[in-house]
Amino acid sequence: MTTVITAILILFGLAVVFGIILGYASIRFRVEGNPIVDQIDALLPQTQCGQCGYPGCRPYAEAISNGDAINKCPPGGQSTIEALADLLDVEAIPLDAEHGEEQAKTVAFIREDECIGCTKCIQACPVDAILGAAKQMHTVISSECTGCDLCVEPCPVDCIDMIPVETTIANWKWPAPAESRNLIATDRGRGELQQQEAH
Amino acid sequence: MGKVFAFHGGIHPPENKKQSTRTPIRKAPLPKLLYLPLQQHIGMAASPLVNIGDRVLKGQMIAEPVGRISASLHAPTSGIIRSIGPHPVPHASGLESDCIVIESDGQDEWIEHQSIEDYTKLEPGTLIEHIRRCGIAGMGGAGFPTDVKLHLGDDHIVNTLIINAAECEPYITADDMLMRERAHEILGGIRIISHLLKPSHIMIGIEDNKSHAIHTLEQVLKGCELNIDIRVVPTKYPSGGERQLIKLLTDIEVPSGRIPADIGIVCQNIGTTTAIYRAVHHGEPLISRVVTVTGDAVAQPQNLEALIGTPFADLLDAANVYENKLYRLVMGGPMMGVTVEHDQIPVIKTTNCIIAATIDEMPPAPPEQACIRCGMCEQVCPAELLPQQLYWFSKGREFDKARHHNLFDCIECGACAYVCPSSIPLVQYYRFAKSEIRTEEAEQRKADHARQRFEARQARLEREEAEKEARRKARAEEAARAQQARKNNENAAATAEPAQDISALKTAAAVARTKLKKAQKALDAARESGEGDISALEAAVQAAQTSADQAQKALDSADKPSAPTAPAAGADIKQLKTAAAVARTKLKKARDALKNAEDKGLDGLDKLRATLSTLEQKAEEADKAFKDAENAASSSTEATPAAPVDMKALKQQVSIMRTKLKKAEAALEGLEGDERSQAEQALEELRQRHAEADQAFKAAEQAQIDAAAAQGVDLKQLKIDAAMARAAVTKLERALAKTEEEQERASLEAELVTARDKAEQLNKTLQQHEPA
Repeated sequence: MTTVITAILILFGLAVVFGIILGYASIRFRVEGNPIVDQIDALLPQTQCGQCGYPGCRPYAEAISNGDAINKCPPGGQSTIEALADLLDVEAIPLDAEHGEEQAKTVAFIREDECIGCTKCIQACPVDAILGAAKQMHTVISSECTGCDLCVEPCPVDCIDMIPVETTIANWKWPAPAESRNLIATDRGRGELQQQEAH
Repeated sequence: MGKVFAFHGGIHPPENKKQSTRTPIRKAPLPKLLYLPLQQHIGMAASPLVNIGDRVLKGQMIAEPVGRISASLHAPTSGIIRSIGPHPVPHASGLESDCIVIESDGQDEWIEHQSIEDYTKLEPGTLIEHIRRCGIAGMGGAGFPTDVKLHLGDDHIVNTLIINAAECEPYITADDMLMRERAHEILGGIRIISHLLKPSHIMIGIEDNKSHAIHTLEQVLKGCELNIDIRVVPTKYPSGGERQLIKLLTDIEVPSGRIPADIGIVCQNIGTTTAIYRAVHHGEPLISRVVTVTGDAVAQPQNLEALIGTPFADLLDAANVYENKLYRLVMGGPMMGVTVEHDQIPVIKTTNCIIAATIDEMPPAPPEQACIRCGMCEQVCPAELLPQQLYWFSKGREFDKARHHNLFDCIECGACAYVCPSSIPLVQYYRFAKSEIRTEEAEQRKADHARQRFEARQARLEREEAEKEARRKARAEEAARAQQARKNNENAAATAEPAQDISALKTAAAVARTKLKKAQKALDAARESGEGDISALEAAVQAAQTSADQAQKALDSADKPSAPTAPAAGADIKQLKTAAAVARTKLKKARDALKNAEDKGLDGLDKLRATLSTLEQKAEEADKAFKDAENAASSSTEATPAAPVDMKALKQQVSIMRTKLKKAEAALEGLEGDERSQAEQALEELRQRHAEADQAFKAAEQAQIDAAAAQGVDLKQLKIDAAMARAAVTKLERALAKTEEEQERASLEAELVTARDKAEQLNKTLQQHEPA
């Protein structure tokens, strides 16, 4: 009988001790904020363009962590959707066309002769990539521009163009090798038929 | 001769080296035009120091290094700078990049240059700076700036210097010929490097197919004070790879992601040693190099000493190319080189070979077949990777997995693709995967950077907002204090006169009214249900009624004396307008209420009617007061046309008129009978006034433009006006495209026409004045 009681007491004692340790640890090593939001935010392209319907990338990251769809980010495109699907362990779905289509990377360019120096684009730029002052010509620091095109709409004289990023030697990419047909020699005739059907 | 070890894998492709070693190194003829890419090395592109039209001398620095890892550029001959701009460069992409183009004057006139008397007396830093100023970058293939490598001794213990003379790729014999002909220069270069790095052991790694070169080197090294070993390694591709040669000579593997200096080894290419020798002992910058011009499509395969910037076409001519047999032009060796499409591409510091191949020599790649998992690629991989796995991952775009399988340790030697029985272009896959990963990383970096900037901006905006709020609060407090003080004063000064605070009275009246309404409601409810103390409620209503009446009376009495004084004093049109508008709104509300009451047959109709009539009266009064004031104002503006016209005010007036007109038009449609004719009259009047205002505005505008035209036009202002006009036109066009209603369209079209006219006019004036 005493052994049973001692066993129960010991187990009870252990439970109390571990409970205290765990309780202390949960306070001591408390994680500030929601770590998943940070992880999602790290995957988003940070254009802050608002095409997803949220006022920036972080609000969208918060919305995703609360269960919003992951396919609302056109600047990120399919690769971002895949990365998000990977992170959240959900199905990768195609981009929601309602929020825009994946486009080639662009940067804003101000036609400087036409700029009247109204500073409206400066106020619109989420990353402070436009330089200028009232009644002075403005210009875009193209290395800082994320191509969100938020500056285009406010311009009263329509002097901002979004121009595609030029391919130079510095940002040139090796192309993927051409997809081969993987034909087996004896299969060639049929393969050609299939190719014709495909066209 | 020390022991030679082995590295994993490797292949034995046909060497094809004999063709180009039959004749000694020959100087290539001086080309007419030299194209010098600003980026011939790893790191930042150099920045030009010369302008178009400048005359430069041979050896003059024409572009300076930017940043730590960069190399300078020198004029290879004397001549005139013809242009600085994009030109095809030796790069796999076939893209253009910025080049300095020199038209040679044929005199080949050197700039004053000096050798260093005794480099051992110089500070190592100064000596390395001299080498940096001579623009020397690794000539083996990668083009890493040599001065950076020579600084490795500063923070690493370098105990072994390896001179890479393996030259393992087929066809290339440039280093071989250098060793045969300029062994003493090579030794001189090694001396300088060893002076800087102070290695305890120097090894020259050379493949056993260069017996002539080995013999010459041995002759030169006889009696040399340095601890130099010539290590002859078996011929096997790619023994010339830096890591493979280190493994061959020392049996040490360079850890993944590290550099040889981390294990105490520095490698230098043979070509680089001669360049260092010439820079130190002759003061000559790197302006020429030995290039093997070979292949079956040239009649005399040979090594040419070509100036940097010489177009390939000139070298091919010098070697008597058969144009009709030339099928493919390859820069570099057949294993790691790239096919170039353009024969005006220039020789750069890393160009060691040009192969003009016939179709038999380098036939087009056979079609890619399915991988049969034979594993031959793994057996030949000198980096001991799993090429097959890497292939699957690259093809399936699983770049993370490819990276985990050490994709970045791949040296792209092409051995795997060479042995692949399915002719899979494996290296292409790896290059593709590598550049995808690099792009992704760059994008990630950019995104992080953008996030930082965005957050900084948010923080700044918040801070500014907080500051503004604080200022506003401070002002409000100040105002409150001032008001309190004033109130106290007033109270003290005029306690006899009851403070006629109209707004307080108004509030009181409103409260009383609400109370009355509530009481009435309660009473109605009680009556309907027949419950509760009706008489008590009636009494309450009565009381509320009296208090409301009293409050209203007090308010009226307070309001009245102030109302009539307003128009007399100052005639503040704006205030009057507001008053009129408020009156109108009240009237409308009252009307609505009346209608509602009539519809529902509620009682209290008479009272409502009475209120309505008083309100109507009030509204009329207010309107009248406003109109009087406005007329007075407009007549005063009309009276002073000579005074500088306030364009903005005029414009505003016109637009107000337009809006009014539109509203009136809209209202007219709803009216009938007698009212209609009245309204029409009013509308007519409005129209006239609008036209007048418009005319006045236009006249003023014209006057302004004329005035501007007459007296040294303010071009900037004109430009801005023109841009604004243009923008207005585009905006109108857009609006027009959007609207569908007929009427609106018509008005928009009319506006568009005027806007276009204006824009055109402005443009014309602008054009007239712009040349001046």
